Amino acid sequence: MLLAFCVTGCKQSANTTATPASQSSTQNLNGAGATFPYPVYSKWFSEYASAHPGIHINYQSIGSGGGIRQVTEGTIDFGASDGPMTDQQIAESKVAVMHIPTVLGAVVPVYNIPGVTGNLNLAPDVIADIYLGKIKKWDDPRLAKDNPGVKFPSTAILPVYRSDGSGTTYIFTDFLSKISPDWAKKVGKSTSVKWPVGIGQKGNEGVAGMVRQSPSSFGYVELIYALQNKMTYGAVRNASGKFVLATTDGVTAAAAAAAATMPADYRVSITNASGDASYPISSFTWFLIPTHSQNTAKTETLKNFLTWMLDHGESEASSMGYAPLPTQVQAMVRKSIADLH
Amino acid sequence: MPSSRMTTEREPGYSIPDQPSFAPGVASADEPPSGDSAPSLIRDYLSKRGSGRIADRSFAGVMLVCACSIFAIVAFIFWILVLRSNLSLAEFGWKFFTRSAWDPVAGDFGALPFIFGTLATSLLALLMAVPLALGVAIFVTELCPKVLRAPISFLTELLAAIPSVVYGLWGVFVLVPLMRDVIGPFLSKTLGWTGFFEGPNFGVGLFTASIILSIMILPIISSLTRDIMLAVPNSQREGVLALGATRWEMIRVGVLRNSRIGIVGAIMLGLGRALGETMAVTMVIGNHPNISKSLFAPANTLASVIAGEFSEATGDLYLSALIEIGLALFLVTIVVNAIARLMVWAVTRGAPVGAA
Repeated sequence: MLLAFCVTGCKQSANTTATPASQSSTQNLNGAGATFPYPVYSKWFSEYASAHPGIHINYQSIGSGGGIRQVTEGTIDFGASDGPMTDQQIAESKVAVMHIPTVLGAVVPVYNIPGVTGNLNLAPDVIADIYLGKIKKWDDPRLAKDNPGVKFPSTAILPVYRSDGSGTTYIFTDFLSKISPDWAKKVGKSTSVKWPVGIGQKGNEGVAGMVRQSPSSFGYVELIYALQNKMTYGAVRNASGKFVLATTDGVTAAAAAAAATMPADYRVSITNASGDASYPISSFTWFLIPTHSQNTAKTETLKNFLTWMLDHGESEASSMGYAPLPTQVQAMVRKSIADLH
Repeated sequence: MPSSRMTTEREPGYSIPDQPSFAPGVASADEPPSGDSAPSLIRDYLSKRGSGRIADRSFAGVMLVCACSIFAIVAFIFWILVLRSNLSLAEFGWKFFTRSAWDPVAGDFGALPFIFGTLATSLLALLMAVPLALGVAIFVTELCPKVLRAPISFLTELLAAIPSVVYGLWGVFVLVPLMRDVIGPFLSKTLGWTGFFEGPNFGVGLFTASIILSIMILPIISSLTRDIMLAVPNSQREGVLALGATRWEMIRVGVLRNSRIGIVGAIMLGLGRALGETMAVTMVIGNHPNISKSLFAPANTLASVIAGEFSEATGDLYLSALIEIGLALFLVTIVVNAIARLMVWAVTRGAPVGAA
């Protein structure tokens, strides 16, 4: 009897192909990948499903590594990643994949210094040297130079990093590799790196919790996390010499500055972008969409969803704390969507 | 045996083949026993519900399959671990377990810091938990008034029931500040000369992880020790007392000496749990793979590095190295558990029944 139910169900879904494209047969798309944009993606997918009944897009936030692995194996319909795929990963992939940027994220430095309550100005090399272990105490003259009038204690700094691999670490180490040749040589950039000093905690909440309750500590968290938990974070000096406190506008400005030289495959790092208002520790997060799929119905649905994302989704992103794509990049993405087939 | 009870009514020439005791005299379910009257009502009823012999043998077969499935699962896990770590094995060979490196960017991996972290935290936890657990067990079996016995045992076992994530949270919010502000300075003042308590103390580190682990393995060791000690016959206790021993001497000579092997087995089981503990450790150990003499320094363990880095591990060599760490942990845990089971079996097989 169960079998009969299944068979009739299948027959029914096959019979509804006569309806218009946006309300075509029941479709299930499966995606997996990055955890950072999971809140905004799940909001988008549920809104898209209510606007287009019958289309269900499932997304599992298993991590960027898992997303890349599964989309290159062809086990999911699309992936998502906080860091672009490397050339080697693209060469080894069974499925040709296109990167589509969706929203922007940023990483902010947080700290807990007894007696200091305002937003500190942090130079990039100072941050790198804290994590390299070269700057050991808070009353170092390099910190005092950018923060006149702030009374620093002479206690040891405890650097806190992410013990689990994450896109946040990727963005942060990407920035540090750009501005510190020492860092690029000794540590490099990745979702998981060999930190010279400090202690690791699990997740944004682990780092934030450790920083919050350890006096004289220093860490890095996602901007959204800091905003939602009302944490005090520092301003970072960008490539144009201005100390910028992270906001969604500053992050979008960084992407806009990079839009002029954006490569066609969108695999670009926008950390340390120039421009007075750009926040230097920003990054895209991408969808990984197979360029050519056997299932044309699924590709159609994906293309429709991506267009919907540009029309409606981006404007909602900032209300959730994610920075939307700048208009120049949105125009480029619209053209790229047409190349999916 | 029930089957022999049933067969005494039958003719002597009739032989019943071997059957398990739950289905007595079932061999000839289809034919009446020769020379006897009709089979009993119960036998008749059971036979009408399907032939007893087939049901019997298939039941035994299904149970055998279930038992073998356990072996099959363990063997399968081992095989998959070896298979998936072949990249890392090919790259580093057996030196993987003696190298001290963990650099995902450069593709340089070695398990030594994690093996050190795992062994150091587990052994330190044992050092702290064993005296405490033995004390609890001795108190509950020998010294405690009968009315307190049940509540204390219940509370000790409750410790085992608390999920390890809860221990981790308690550790982060209670133990870490305590370590940083109270226990750490005290230890470096009194025991700083040993060299084990030097360097900056941020609350997280080897020592904090060991404390949490010791609380987690305490109930295992204490409840097993209590069972072993209860298995020592009263004649031993009375004999020692009759020779003029005091209370403590009686416990030491009459009970503990006899339960030595079992206690070691219980300790090995506690060690097995400590070796594999992940969540509570990863929250308080600092996750910085290095080998240091100071107990205040952060470290990392085999289980916590896998839990932390597995989901975002990009790159086949990285993944393979993590799986090889899993293989190391698997082997260590199996060996420890096997030794423990052997020892517990060694002591209980000779103990007389009903020692209490």
